[in-house]
Amino acid sequence: MAEVVIVGAGPAGIRAAGVIAAQGLRPILVDEGRQPGGQGYRRPSPGLSLDMDALMGTEAGKYKALHADFAALLPQIDYRSRTLIWGIEDRRLYCVRDGRQMTIAFDALVVATGAMDRIAPLPGWTLPGVFTLGGAQAVLKDQGCLVGRRVAFLGASPLLSLAALQYRKLGAEVVAVCDTSPFRDKIAALPQLAAVPRTLARGLAYLAALKRARVPLFDGVTPMAIEGEAGVTTLRFGDGQGRERRIACDAVALGYGLKPETQLAELAGARFAFDARFRLWLPVTDEDGRAGEGLYLAGDGAAIGGADAAEASGALAALAVLHDLGLRPVIDERPVLRRRLARLRRFQRGLARAFRWPVPALSRLPDEVAVCRCEHVTAGEIRRAMDEDLGPVDVNRVKAITRCGMGRCQGRVCGPALQEIAAAHAGLPVEAVGRLRGQAPVKPVPLGILEEEEA
Amino acid sequence: MTMRRADVVIVGGGLIGAWTAFFLARRGRKVVLIEKGVVGAQSSGTNFGNLRLQGRFPGQYPLSLRSQALWEEIEDLIGDRCEFDPSGHLYIAFNDTEREKLEKYAAVSESHGLAIEHLGTADLARRYPWLSGKAVAATFSPRDATANPRLVTPAVARAAKALGVEVVEQCTVTQARREAAGFVVETADGRSFGCDHLVNAAGAWAGEVAGMFGEGAPLFPAGPPQFVTEPFPYFIRPSVQAVDGTVIFRQIPRGNVILAGYPRTAADPIRNRAPVPPAKTLAAMRHLTAVVPALRDCHVIRVWSGIEGYLPDMIPVIGPSMTTDGLFHAFGFCGHGFQIGPGVGLCLSEMICDGSTETPLAPFSIARFRGAVAEDEKFRREFDLPAAAR
Repeated sequence: MAEVVIVGAGPAGIRAAGVIAAQGLRPILVDEGRQPGGQGYRRPSPGLSLDMDALMGTEAGKYKALHADFAALLPQIDYRSRTLIWGIEDRRLYCVRDGRQMTIAFDALVVATGAMDRIAPLPGWTLPGVFTLGGAQAVLKDQGCLVGRRVAFLGASPLLSLAALQYRKLGAEVVAVCDTSPFRDKIAALPQLAAVPRTLARGLAYLAALKRARVPLFDGVTPMAIEGEAGVTTLRFGDGQGRERRIACDAVALGYGLKPETQLAELAGARFAFDARFRLWLPVTDEDGRAGEGLYLAGDGAAIGGADAAEASGALAALAVLHDLGLRPVIDERPVLRRRLARLRRFQRGLARAFRWPVPALSRLPDEVAVCRCEHVTAGEIRRAMDEDLGPVDVNRVKAITRCGMGRCQGRVCGPALQEIAAAHAGLPVEAVGRLRGQAPVKPVPLGILEEEEA
Repeated sequence: MTMRRADVVIVGGGLIGAWTAFFLARRGRKVVLIEKGVVGAQSSGTNFGNLRLQGRFPGQYPLSLRSQALWEEIEDLIGDRCEFDPSGHLYIAFNDTEREKLEKYAAVSESHGLAIEHLGTADLARRYPWLSGKAVAATFSPRDATANPRLVTPAVARAAKALGVEVVEQCTVTQARREAAGFVVETADGRSFGCDHLVNAAGAWAGEVAGMFGEGAPLFPAGPPQFVTEPFPYFIRPSVQAVDGTVIFRQIPRGNVILAGYPRTAADPIRNRAPVPPAKTLAAMRHLTAVVPALRDCHVIRVWSGIEGYLPDMIPVIGPSMTTDGLFHAFGFCGHGFQIGPGVGLCLSEMICDGSTETPLAPFSIARFRGAVAEDEKFRREFDLPAAAR
């Protein structure tokens, strides 16, 4: 029987596992997390009770349904939590679990690795108290913790207002929600956003709720600096009217939308193409998620689409797996799923227009600001290296010369900013400076791991 | 089409080509350095960074020692230290057979005037308490050193450029031939260069250039997998190498531990790929923790490789062509070109400018491939190649 392995137990991975299991196959579902749900549908840690209805709001029904479906599915699948996949070679996954090395062979691989925050550095962004927006939400849902008592939300993302509301519900003071994208961009994106009126209405409802709660909301802001000595004390920015504002806070949640986690897809052989709307290199797939022989991508790890798109694309990729294995799916709803997915992803493209990645700000990023946190490489060091005789242009060469992107995170955090800074400095379109190539290990692997026979 | 004239055209912007260009320019020669990609991006930039003197091929010592003297003054030569660090090199043995091998290496090193310290178990425990008991003996060469390969070749090429060398990147040589008036070199982007001397320093791609002049060497491409850990407190000072080849490691002052280990892996010079199989990463990690148990909780964060040219007798080709006057080869450095790079560049510049060099280079002549060449035992031991490559 063909071995189908699914990576990631978020909405895409769980729906993919459901489709494969319904066919009578027993897929292996590998996940780095301790519990299923991925990021958006993350569950509180065992023993912690949180009012998830309140936190999930309008999405509480879907959240409960996904977790209930997973519980029902569990006996039919081989679920391996807390398992980090760090390499892929010859249809074999190299994993670490509980300090032990193991490999998992596969015939078909569905990669549903989700997304992480896209970060635009600014002065002070490495101070204690600055978190990614997704990180701020993760500690909230997983641990019931807040990143601070007086939290400012900064970036360009519809998730700013959602996370701000969640923080308010758990008792934090939201001192400001600062959106760098101007209001006119949102108006311009309305036709695309109208593709999914329910989600559009949800976003507007979050904003309305923040307004009612008298949370200071700012549009079209110019971030200037996060300030403090031992930790964050102030967020300084120019408001939409050009006035400088200083807001006292003890934490800042920073997010400019999401970027797919594509490292495993790359190791498995996916090709990449530059997407001008998202300004990201995205894996190339067909409409069902095929990215190569025996390789399927689903969810936000393939293309940012949100949780609903993740569920649809997970099911769709699994149906593609079954077809390619020569099996006839019990229920083949591919046409419906394709239409739904196309609509949801169109909506996300609208969002990328409404909430812009701040290219001009990055190109002007002050020289002294660290771009690469892991290796402490500043924007100025990148520019000086490029200015040298025979200096690098391609981001992989910039990395080789400056160490930017060489550290623990392997460029997952600094990569998008690096490509903008390099392109702006070279006076080239961003796609001309290339894409940071991925290598195993995609995440750090302890030297002392113990060997284990194939599981 | 106009032809650019130069005294010397060098094909290949790796360490060898860059140093050759640098020394020729110092002698006032007009030099064009042509590189198909960017300077220093292949094995010149991705190797381990050892400037090891002990354990080299015996016939290479005069060259090697001359080269080390150049490394020792690199900052004066090119205005950049490139993280050169006279850290010393510790060769370790895991058993008596290996200890005897080390003693033989040491005798050769000492016969060339190198100071070698012979260390037993007690010395090792006292001097390097972080070493496990697996190492039973070692030789230490204090003059051995390390440098940062990522930085060196671009820095040398910049220094050469400052001396007037024309560095042409992203340019592939498609044809080279000898005419009555000298060499003609043509490139994929339609340029053409004329010169009196041609240097083939094209690394793993040098076989094609030699082939344009009707000679060759059984060159094959492979990559040396390298690994690096996150920064860890700095406690490993010399560069360390197990004589069985299973583990080679050094720590840089900022804390990262760089490790490498044989066997090497076949590379693909056409698709420009030098993969690092995950099993290699695991093997290197296992070998390192067996030798330095304190690193057990340290994490490997990154791996890399590059494409190197290897020859079956595990020594390079350095010197004049056997078919064509004015053509010089320097390729096939078999994973030990970094240390001798400056020396090779200096010798080539002397052969071109003076007609000869004081450094004996006879063992490295391409003439040896006209007959049958014996495979070195390292050639069998230090590679795992698909059967097709053998």
